[in-house]
Amino acid sequence: MTEYLSVKNVLIERDDRLLFKGLDFTLSSGEVIQLVGRNGSGKTSLIRTLLGLMPDFEGDLFWKGQPLYQQRDDFFSHLLYLGHKPSIKSALTAKENLEWLVAPYGGVSETQIESALSQVGLRGYEDVECHSMSAGQNRRVALAQLYLLDLPVWILDEPFTAIDLSGVAQLEARIAEHAAQGGAVILTTHHVLDIPTVKRVNLDDYMPGAHASGGDHGG
Amino acid sequence: MAADLGFSALLKRDLKLAFRQKSDVINPLMFFVMVITLFPLGISPDPNELAVIAPGVVWVAALLASMLSMENMFRSDFDDGSLERMLVSPLPGFLIALAKVINHFLVTGLPLVIVSPVLAYMLNMPSEAYGVMMITLLLGLPTLSLVGAIGSALTVGLKRGALLLPLLVIPLFIPVLIFGTGAVQGVIVDQPVSGQLSILAALLLFSLASAPFACAASLKISMGNG
Repeated sequence: MTEYLSVKNVLIERDDRLLFKGLDFTLSSGEVIQLVGRNGSGKTSLIRTLLGLMPDFEGDLFWKGQPLYQQRDDFFSHLLYLGHKPSIKSALTAKENLEWLVAPYGGVSETQIESALSQVGLRGYEDVECHSMSAGQNRRVALAQLYLLDLPVWILDEPFTAIDLSGVAQLEARIAEHAAQGGAVILTTHHVLDIPTVKRVNLDDYMPGAHASGGDHGG
Repeated sequence: MAADLGFSALLKRDLKLAFRQKSDVINPLMFFVMVITLFPLGISPDPNELAVIAPGVVWVAALLASMLSMENMFRSDFDDGSLERMLVSPLPGFLIALAKVINHFLVTGLPLVIVSPVLAYMLNMPSEAYGVMMITLLLGLPTLSLVGAIGSALTVGLKRGALLLPLLVIPLFIPVLIFGTGAVQGVIVDQPVSGQLSILAALLLFSLASAPFACAASLKISMGNG
């Protein structure tokens, strides 16, 4: 079992407001971690910190036991990140979007893209420009990457946004399958996940006591 | 290998987007043509007077036209999350920057170079200077794209960065402008211009070697604030 990510005693501030402190968890192969917490509790900030996009924090982050920020190249070549914006170009077709999204991880064939699209319920939409699809369909184009790329660690920020019920169930199944095959997943969502092995990390538990009384500030 | 694939896929994507949306190609070109058309109307239709100012007018108009689309170099990718996605992929940041710069030059700079002889003819520039003028633009406009990319990357996270970008980059464009117009004027007065052309080439090579890295660092800073 590989220990991929480990977060030790991490404190994150945003705009001089303390989001959480003393956060500890590890992500090993076969695990699914669901980050929960009220709006503005710092779920996205934590993810952006892990990705090195928000490098101001205190504490230690490790990738396979080494300091994370020194191992960025190895981390990024084993990571599939889907942000809360789907990063889909509306003027390009579904197929063209997937082509550029997966290219840095090595080539995939056209048939692989077509089969990934049909697995997210977009058969027949390969050559449709994304601006004529719904928000949920755009999200599904991005999610097709989960069937297309063979990367061990997934970080998914609100992957269920705009996805219908059957799509959510299918996505949960895909996440569980990935974990069963030795992958590791961190995701943020307010859904109650139907995955038995899911480990919940509640950021509200790491909120500094002085702020605990008022949950309505900021946001 | 995978980085090459990512780089060429990004380049291909941006060219496709530019030619599908068209405004990135047409707006700078129209701006270039229209600004130059105004000079004979505003200053004097006298061919001799126009010939004197022609090198400077063509160069200033090309510089401003190329800046017109600079602000958007990273904007839409920042807004829809693709920039974030690219920065956490195995594709190195300087290759992302380089792909964006090449795209900016091909979409904005190259069309200006191609139409410039027509406009130079309209300004009564002596025809023996056309060749050198196109060479200076071919050397100078990619330099502007490279330097402008740093400014564009630094301002992309700002809500109202539109006026900040020209303030940041125009001072850095001045050497290119001086040597660009200097070379064209040199041809007209029959002086050797290899010195100016060498300096333009040196500026291009220097910015090619340094700007993509500076741009990648700027993008990281902008993401940290966003």
